[in-house]
Amino acid sequence: MKHKVIIMKTSTLLILAAVCIILFVAPLIMFSGHGEDDGYFGGADDAAGEAIEESGFEPWFSSIWEPPSGEIESLLFALQAAIGAIIIGYFFGYWRGQGKEE
Amino acid sequence: MHIMEGYLPLTWCIIWFIISFAVVAFGIYQIKKIVDETPESKALLAVSGAFMFILSSLKLPSVTGSCSHPCGNGLGAALFGPAVTAVLATIVLLFQALLLAHGGLTTLGANIFSMGIVGPFVAWIVYKGLTKANIASTIAIFFAAFLGDLLTYVATSFQLAFAFPAPTFSEALVKFLVIFAVTQVPLAIGEGILTVIIWDRLKAYKPKLLDKLGALAPNEA
Repeated sequence: MKHKVIIMKTSTLLILAAVCIILFVAPLIMFSGHGEDDGYFGGADDAAGEAIEESGFEPWFSSIWEPPSGEIESLLFALQAAIGAIIIGYFFGYWRGQGKEE
Repeated sequence: MHIMEGYLPLTWCIIWFIISFAVVAFGIYQIKKIVDETPESKALLAVSGAFMFILSSLKLPSVTGSCSHPCGNGLGAALFGPAVTAVLATIVLLFQALLLAHGGLTTLGANIFSMGIVGPFVAWIVYKGLTKANIASTIAIFFAAFLGDLLTYVATSFQLAFAFPAPTFSEALVKFLVIFAVTQVPLAIGEGILTVIIWDRLKAYKPKLLDKLGALAPNEA
């Protein structure tokens, strides 16, 4: 079977990656000088939690384990990203090599 | 979109748990079937899960001045459908509930429902609809991932408005939509673009496998 799959040029991929970076750097520039102390860059999940507490609801269960500090939390988040990145990198590298052999 | 541990009334925890359990069970059955029929797709399952692992760990700033994270659920949905993606989302959400105190065990069902079921279902419908209309799969995957991400957060807003309809349901819904959905718009665009990049590479490396899974547009196969 003949595949008519169209693949993007490297330059297109790079432009897309650049758009992504601009998209996520823009808020940092827009609100530069602001921080957690004046209510910027907090998490939406926490904001929702606060909105729920304002309605008078008492959380009835708390996490069985919590990262004991922000350092440990960032460690575990980095670990989560690393697990994902290793898996994707492994398979993409393997497939790329496979394609070259053929 | 993580509803925090203990932040949903018990009745709602049970309702979402039952719905999500049924879909996840069906997803596990589907994974068995897919792996039996196409053993090569195991690697694609791993990549789809890994993509969710990465994207949901990235707390990104948004133009609203608060931070949120993408979901990565559009890729799995386009490849394997929503039920299989629900299984992958369960793994991610369990990791975050147990190790990061993000989300929780009591709210696991509710969080699977938004990130593992509603988002992927929307992404899947959008993807299949657009590719059937002979739109190139790379374009279709952008809209699938964008809407899958956005609707995940809309679903969370609805879940919270159902559970806390104070003062009225619609006012509560607007309040939660402002917190979640508005912040999410630029992130969803970013997720769309990242999914396009991954999709392009998958098409370059594994076109036959994508075709076998029925994940390409008819004119690409």
